[in-house]
Amino acid sequence: MHVIHSGNVTVNTQCDYAPVTEEMGVRLPLLALLAKEPAHGYELKQALEQTFGAAYPSPNIGQIYVTLGRLEKDGLIRAVAVEQSSRPNKKVYFLTQQGREALIAWADGPLEGPRLRDEFFMKLVLAPMTGIADRGALINRQTRHFLGLMRELHHLSETTSPDDRYAHLLIEGAMLHLQADLDWLERCREELT
Amino acid sequence: MSEDPVVKTVNPVKIYQNGDVPVPAVRGVDLQVEAGEFVAVMGPSGSGKSTLVHMLGGLDQRTSGEIWISGKRADTLSESKWALLRRRGVGFVFQFFNLIGNMTVADNVELPALLAGASPREARQRREFLLGELGLAARADDPPARLAGGEQQRVALARALAHEPSLLLADEPTGNLDTRNTRDVLRLLSQVHKKGQTIIMVTHDHRAASCADRVISLLDGQIVDDAPIPAARRGPRRNAGDVIELRG
Ligand SMILES: Nc1ncnc2c1ncn2[C@@H]1O[C@H](COP(=O)(O)OP(=O)(O)O)[C@@H](O)[C@H]1O
Ligand SMILES: [Mg+2]
Repeated sequence: MHVIHSGNVTVNTQCDYAPVTEEMGVRLPLLALLAKEPAHGYELKQALEQTFGAAYPSPNIGQIYVTLGRLEKDGLIRAVAVEQSSRPNKKVYFLTQQGREALIAWADGPLEGPRLRDEFFMKLVLAPMTGIADRGALINRQTRHFLGLMRELHHLSETTSPDDRYAHLLIEGAMLHLQADLDWLERCREELT
Repeated sequence: MSEDPVVKTVNPVKIYQNGDVPVPAVRGVDLQVEAGEFVAVMGPSGSGKSTLVHMLGGLDQRTSGEIWISGKRADTLSESKWALLRRRGVGFVFQFFNLIGNMTVADNVELPALLAGASPREARQRREFLLGELGLAARADDPPARLAGGEQQRVALARALAHEPSLLLADEPTGNLDTRNTRDVLRLLSQVHKKGQTIIMVTHDHRAASCADRVISLLDGQIVDDAPIPAARRGPRRNAGDVIELRG
């Protein structure tokens, strides 16, 4: 992370995005898929691939079982064994109330900048599938949040001495980033709602 | 005492005719704007933003629905009554600025003030203030044709504000401007807004929109969001780092 100091203004110019954590990359998609309907491990892997296509690297089946085990241990999902006549029993997973609440909490919170493109994207794709949030509402909420940030930057620009040219350039850079994210949200709205 | 809203619309619809094909540009945008509000209208190209503000300013006839300006029914007015209403109470900046070619910049700006009943002295003072704020004081005696597009656009804004209208309608007022001129325009809009000016501004620029108190998003001629912009947190000694760090 780079931090540039200029007078009393500090702008963090970090623009590399946060790495996809297991939490975001596997746990939440699995919870979202299970909010739609109970499923076993292999079905979940297929559903992940179908949902995201090339947009997101699908984890291997081993990773999925490990994550399912953790989610179960955390009380977010539970498993029942379903008998199969010619094969060993199959474990079918379903979402618990606690799991549903965790999912809703995730879907409801607005996101800050740099993680937008991965995490908001996940919300946009997954949330309507689960019926817990509507895409239009997600886009509206995120847009308002960013407009609020933009307003802060404006205020900051007004209260920063006009002589502090570096500070103004940094603020302007932050505004341009935000503008790009807002434009992208508008595109999402045009395409997806 | 409850004041009438400056703008109120009831299910206004605008359908253009394109050959044989009807083009629905605005499809029932119910809107209420109170005195002193600064509203930004956003949305992708073709979503009906210009058509909406043209209807609010009487430049386009609505196909159906009602438009009320300061408590008076406006959509049923004749052309000449609309012209009178605009002269008294509505200022415009539109995508095409329509400055009067054979008058100086100064006269272009003073004219609406004079038409609205200001004394020559008041009109001149107002003009000097507006052109000064927009960095155009030195161009006062030029004909508009000698100005660059962005300068003409700023003159159009000064002209729209000259008679201190109760409603300012602005369609992409920063559309052709570079960053510095955009900042001047936004600063002036914020300044007149603080003094109570009601503003409806169409823009596709989120930086411009964030100067407003409220943003209305259009898509395909309908409102998809209408919400206040969350107020800036004004803690002691906030700096850019605090704002950007929020994103980390
Ligand atoms: N005079 C006109 N005749 C026919 N169609 C028009 C006319 N003006 C606008 N439209 C159409 O109406 C829709 C909305 O246009 P407009 O209000 O200019 O959108 P915006 O300002 O959001 O870009 C578009 O599909 C546009 O092509
Ligand atoms: Mg337009």
